[in-house]
Amino acid sequence: MIELEGLTKHYGDKVAVDHLTFTVRPGIITGFLGPNGAGKSTTMRMMLDLDNPTSGTVRIDGKHYRQLEDPLTYIGALLEAKAVHGGRSAANHLLCLAQSNGIPRSRVGEVLEMVGLSSVARKRAKGFSLGMGQRLGIAAALLGDPQVLLFDEPVNGLDPEGIHWIRNLMKHLAAQGRTVFVSSHLMSEMALTADHLVVIGQGRLMADTSMKDFIHQNSRSYVRMRSPEQQKLLDLLRAEGIHAVAAGGGALEIDGVPAERLGELAAAHHLTLHELSPQQASLEEAFMRLTAASVEYHAHNGEPVPVRTAAVPGTPQPAGARPGEPQPTGWGTDWQKKRS
Amino acid sequence: MAAVGQVIRSEWTKIRSVRSTVWTLGIAVLVTVGLGMLICTLANHDFNSMPPRDRLSFDATNISFAGMGLGQLAMIVFGVLVVSNEYSTGMIRASLAAVPQRGTFLFCKLLVATALVFVVGLATSFVTFFAGQAMLGDLRAHLGDPGVLRAVIGGGLYMTLIALFSMAVATMLRSPMLSLGILMPFFFLISNILGNVSATRKIGRFLPDQAGSKIMQVVPRAGEDVPYGPWGGLGIMIAWTVLALAGGYVLLKRRDA
Repeated sequence: MIELEGLTKHYGDKVAVDHLTFTVRPGIITGFLGPNGAGKSTTMRMMLDLDNPTSGTVRIDGKHYRQLEDPLTYIGALLEAKAVHGGRSAANHLLCLAQSNGIPRSRVGEVLEMVGLSSVARKRAKGFSLGMGQRLGIAAALLGDPQVLLFDEPVNGLDPEGIHWIRNLMKHLAAQGRTVFVSSHLMSEMALTADHLVVIGQGRLMADTSMKDFIHQNSRSYVRMRSPEQQKLLDLLRAEGIHAVAAGGGALEIDGVPAERLGELAAAHHLTLHELSPQQASLEEAFMRLTAASVEYHAHNGEPVPVRTAAVPGTPQPAGARPGEPQPTGWGTDWQKKRS
Repeated sequence: MAAVGQVIRSEWTKIRSVRSTVWTLGIAVLVTVGLGMLICTLANHDFNSMPPRDRLSFDATNISFAGMGLGQLAMIVFGVLVVSNEYSTGMIRASLAAVPQRGTFLFCKLLVATALVFVVGLATSFVTFFAGQAMLGDLRAHLGDPGVLRAVIGGGLYMTLIALFSMAVATMLRSPMLSLGILMPFFFLISNILGNVSATRKIGRFLPDQAGSKIMQVVPRAGEDVPYGPWGGLGIMIAWTVLALAGGYVLLKRRDA
């Protein structure tokens, strides 16, 4: 279990991490999501006591990192690939880390076997590919058989086989009851692995929700219609009791009515349609919108700007951004309340 | 608290598992001994043509350490690399995550590296002394002569302190290029220039290498007037090193890794 409380980091005037408070629970994979430069790596470095917070605290199983005896046996971390002396062999790299924490030498061979690097154990790390470097970093994280694991962008630079392997490894570790905290800037990756989601943008907490809720909130499907006789179409829909919302580019968006019915309706009234397409908002778009909003809030000095104005015609829009409609509860709303 | 014994074992693994250790220390030994022998041979040939004043202050012991001026540069490289490799490779984050007590981490690292340098430096000092004396024929000094043993052990201490000073500077600067770019010209050029220009000589002799190398002298140089003896000089060098270590420790404690 990792508990962050009001964690803040300033670099001069720049606020990298802004009062982050959340808890990473054991037994599940918690995804830590944010665009590049959102403060993910800084947060993870502060968790490991590498960077000093400007204010706030991080506790690992109730203790400050510096109070942990042989910390590698509590928490293992993969921060960046190839943070290794290139002239040192993989086995010696792990051995020096193991010795500093009183971990038996035999464990080095075990973790090398686990990550599939046994055959290159005696080879110098200089010649390793990015993927092998990543595996070596994971071996180092697993060295102390820790209950808490941090992975910073673990799939970066890996081939599909390696990505598959890491996903399974993380699921396996969480299933054993360990705390797994993994950062990424790819929503699609998180959707496949994480059970819980923490989203930050510009160092601020934007969402702290279960993956299930996030998907439920954001996997909205709707139908888009375009007609040269838009007013006629709107009247028709209204007469049928169907609520339609005007989107950009003369299109209408309709929730909760199947495309078949809409098509038949238009045909029955001899209306020309230029488009009738079922749409599915992707989680990636929901994430981008969530974090893009943080940029807009920032640029306009706290004045909320309707995200809709930035919509590009043809881009499907998920729920939650319509002007005049109540915001859905769940992710992002706490933060928005706090701001406004 | 991290167990000191564990961290020392870990740091020893780090030092012995990179090739730069063997290369830098090996070059330090070879250059010091080889150049020392060469200069002793030349001095033996030239002795009869020297002016009488120089013959009087001829220091057979000190001349066998003539290679150290160049050999110490390899020691500086060793000292700088031991520390700055952690930063240039990013290993420092893994190291500090494993040993978050930064004082313990630095102290153990420097202890292991310094112990190794002391053993190598002391051996080098004895070898270069005996090899040099063998080249000097009748002019040779003996280990039992007054002050000679002190000078030979002092040679080992001098090399150790130069390396430790370099480690401390690298702890402050972190970058290997920056550290070497400052230390190498400083000890190879600037210190010599300051020490040989009469206007700056009074300052130059308080620099770590010039003060510290006094311990390797047995016969005082003609007309030389320094306000400290051999141990006093070494004390000045130790003071410099302690100062640099304190600076490195404070910065490591405070800085983000």
